Amino acid sequence: MMGGHLLVLLIMAPLAAAPLCVLFNRPVLSWGIAAFASLFAFAASLVLYAQIKSAGVISYHLGDWAPPLGIELRLDAANSFVIVIISAIGFLCTLFALKSVAREISREDQPLFYAMLMLCFSGLLGVTVTGDAFNLFVFLEICSLSSYVLVAMGAKQDRRALTAAFTYLLFGTIGATFYVIGLGLIYALTGTLNMMDMAARIAGLGHSSTLQVGFGFIIIGLGLKLAIFPLHQWLPNVYGYAPSVVSAFLAGTATKAAAYVSLRFIYTIFGPVFHFETQTLQYLFLPLGLAAIFIASIVAIFQTNIKRLLAYSSIAQTGYILMGVSFANLSGLMAALLHIFNHAIMKSGLFLAVACVIYRMGDCSIASFRGLGRAMPWTMAAFVIGGLSLTGIPATVGFTSKWYLVLAALDRGWWPAAFAIIAGSLLALFYFGRVIEAAYFQQAPEGGTVREAPMGMLLPLWALTIASVYFGIDSETTVAGARAAAEALFLNTTALSSAQAGP
Amino acid sequence: MEDYFPGFFLALSLLTPVLGALLIGAAHSAPNLREAISLSTGVILSGCVLFLLIDYLAGGTARLEGVEIVQGLPILFAVEPLGLVFAMLASLLWIAITVYSIGYMRSLNEAHQTRYYICFALAMASTIGLAFAGNLITLFLFYEMLTLATYPLVVHHETQEAKRGGRIYLGMLLGTSMLLFLPAIIWTWSVTETLEFSKGGILAGKIEAPYAAILFALFLFGIGKAALMPFHRWLPAAMVAPTPVSAFLHAVAVVKAGVFTVLKVGIYIFGVAFLAEINAAEAMMWVAAFSLIAASMIALRKDDLKARLAYSTVAQLAYVTLGVALASVMGMAGGVMQLVAHALGKITLFMCAGAIYAASGKKNISQMAGLGRVMPFTFAAFLLGALSIIGIPPTGGAWSKWFLMMGAADTGQYVMISVWMLSSLLSIAYLIPIVARGFFLPLYEEADRPQPQGREISVIKLSRMREAPIWCVLPACCTAVLSVLVYFAGPAIAGFILPVLGP
Repeated sequence: MMGGHLLVLLIMAPLAAAPLCVLFNRPVLSWGIAAFASLFAFAASLVLYAQIKSAGVISYHLGDWAPPLGIELRLDAANSFVIVIISAIGFLCTLFALKSVAREISREDQPLFYAMLMLCFSGLLGVTVTGDAFNLFVFLEICSLSSYVLVAMGAKQDRRALTAAFTYLLFGTIGATFYVIGLGLIYALTGTLNMMDMAARIAGLGHSSTLQVGFGFIIIGLGLKLAIFPLHQWLPNVYGYAPSVVSAFLAGTATKAAAYVSLRFIYTIFGPVFHFETQTLQYLFLPLGLAAIFIASIVAIFQTNIKRLLAYSSIAQTGYILMGVSFANLSGLMAALLHIFNHAIMKSGLFLAVACVIYRMGDCSIASFRGLGRAMPWTMAAFVIGGLSLTGIPATVGFTSKWYLVLAALDRGWWPAAFAIIAGSLLALFYFGRVIEAAYFQQAPEGGTVREAPMGMLLPLWALTIASVYFGIDSETTVAGARAAAEALFLNTTALSSAQAGP
Repeated sequence: MEDYFPGFFLALSLLTPVLGALLIGAAHSAPNLREAISLSTGVILSGCVLFLLIDYLAGGTARLEGVEIVQGLPILFAVEPLGLVFAMLASLLWIAITVYSIGYMRSLNEAHQTRYYICFALAMASTIGLAFAGNLITLFLFYEMLTLATYPLVVHHETQEAKRGGRIYLGMLLGTSMLLFLPAIIWTWSVTETLEFSKGGILAGKIEAPYAAILFALFLFGIGKAALMPFHRWLPAAMVAPTPVSAFLHAVAVVKAGVFTVLKVGIYIFGVAFLAEINAAEAMMWVAAFSLIAASMIALRKDDLKARLAYSTVAQLAYVTLGVALASVMGMAGGVMQLVAHALGKITLFMCAGAIYAASGKKNISQMAGLGRVMPFTFAAFLLGALSIIGIPPTGGAWSKWFLMMGAADTGQYVMISVWMLSSLLSIAYLIPIVARGFFLPLYEEADRPQPQGREISVIKLSRMREAPIWCVLPACCTAVLSVLVYFAGPAIAGFILPVLGP
């Protein structure tokens, strides 16, 4: 049962840290509390990940009320993999935050910033570990509301952060509403909110149009959070104008949690049988994924604000995850999960590198990157490695993602999709090429002398950069994790549907 | 203990250039020390490769296996004759080119010399990794690293033209390797479940004839470094680099890595017998023949010496591709001989071109009339290099022609014999006039001054000699002599590689 307590402590640590940050109300002290809480969460998620390997499933009943009536926290191979990603990114971003936040946010707001960051962190972890579909909605709102505040805090740097936050609020609320409507329909149909219970009852339902409508609402609601291609409008401004750390944090965690929840609903709760019938995946996810990869990548080529460039690149990368899901086979799901992990590392690393540039230069237009290859060698080296990784050069995580995605496409027999994946990844070369050319082969403007970013920022940045090379060379750990996660998502359904088919 | 010894040298030969690059970076402010490190790295590396060669001849098989880059595919290094020949050649020529670089870069007072030497060492590290790669994925890893390591060398001058050249270089090499080469690798992996280079090939019986032909075409076009038309544009584009870089790229590292990869794929992935049996290579044979003749024609029309040499390289590389496409043991052996002979011949020609530029500032052939009497050693070396490219005994090029034509005769492709004969004539036409005009025409002066007619001028006067710096001329003379000596080593090299070509 110790594992169970650790599971709830994982969410409670950042949740408890949030009010403490406000109470102590000193920037550095608040940062210390936040850093400690996120370190605890990271350590806890690693312990849990190790425990899951032997235990299989850890279930914790909140208030000791047994499910399906009580709320259950349920950890299996799938979400234990995802909490490791989220907590690792959360921890590194919190570590990184001190200097960056000190520059970008006014002093009296800083403790509030850390409080919001911890709330958001806690909400994301909660979304991932909960086994109750309505409880998921609550956590989703915790992380959404706090992230609106976090984005709006970018207003000191750029007033456009306010409109970005407002748009985000509108889209986010619509998404959450859609989710609840969908959930309401499913609840009306099954009479349960517990995910496992729901899955078992749906499997026994047979054809039902209510179920289909509910599925549609839930997928669109989550799709808004995930920024699936035509629902991505909020994302470029949010990533572009939020405080730098927030961009890095959200890019590595928020869309990843949303992606996990979508997978959980698609594979575990509704089950593959349902989708093979409706063909949703093939006719919706595949074209949307392709559109995201190509359209967003091409838009990214023309961006001059590097944070917005990375934001469009994120939309494109979500397209790969969608494609992996759309193959509707184990290898595709595994590739999608692997890419969730890999993309979190790469993209957060890139955003942190840009945060270093903003810390020294004040903004992140492509013009301010001129000559930085010489002035900030470590930052730019990390940026180059991140860019190469997104392009999918061997010995980076981007390559492993691509390899498994292409293999999955071949497994399914979809040749053109395999080529599209590779062609799309090449587009990254164009948008990073411009930045890298400016940084290394253009002269810095006269006058200003720029120094390398401080050590406190470089260390988390390089931790991510080294991870993105290490897991690119030795992919055994991540592939095993992703495979176990994919199997967990699949097996739940097959076990359940066979159990249901029996009587 | 003895078993570890070759493995240790294998690791050492991979690590030496990397270490060299680090030390060169550290010796940034002491140019003499920096160049000394460059040179000694080359010498140590050649020593290691020589040891591996001796060990192999004594029956040793050095092998290193690392972590799995994707599941089931480890990073693997293994010593085999082809790789040994290539590594030996590259490491020896690296010494020559380093000496040459010192003379050239110093006499022209080029900027960013530390970056230059670092990139050179990294390119060498990639080349050695590629030469000893034991499976296709490791080879691909170093293939891409080589592209990236040489990119800063191409854009060395940082002018608009250099950046444009760099974009074509990077775009074309990464583009072909990602879009064609990588899918070919993944395809091979999905049908054979192995990518290890094995004697006799791994594809035999695993893939049907029409698909094998497509796969073969994917490989040959995808290996963009082999510059098969229409993917040859990067080669002339890369001419904006300083001349030692051109010499290194176009004679040793990049293009030879390309044809080396083609040979490896032909011999160890398809296997000679399998290629011949399924007749997969017929179409590619004609593509290579076209590339060969067309590039020679273009070379004829170029007045810029480096551009002419670049197109000559395109043609000469097609020799190797054609040799592989003949699918006969002799053709493959001819390909290996061509790899060696062309490297020695072409590096000589490029070093001479650079020496001419360093001494007189002349780039165009039309301005080089009469220069042979001013720079007799340079032009003599040029002549030897040219003879080897044409294939006149006693130069190394004669052997490659011999084996290639034998291969064509073996398979009954008599048209191909005439292709090679035509190409020899063309190469006489585009190379020999440079030397002849250099020795026998009056010295070219500025255009509007009338040339004195009817005077006896074809005499070398010591007082009028104005050679390039000794460090530019000496390496060129050495490689010129080597390209003659390799004629006598021809049978030995052929005897060394023939055993792996058979079934």
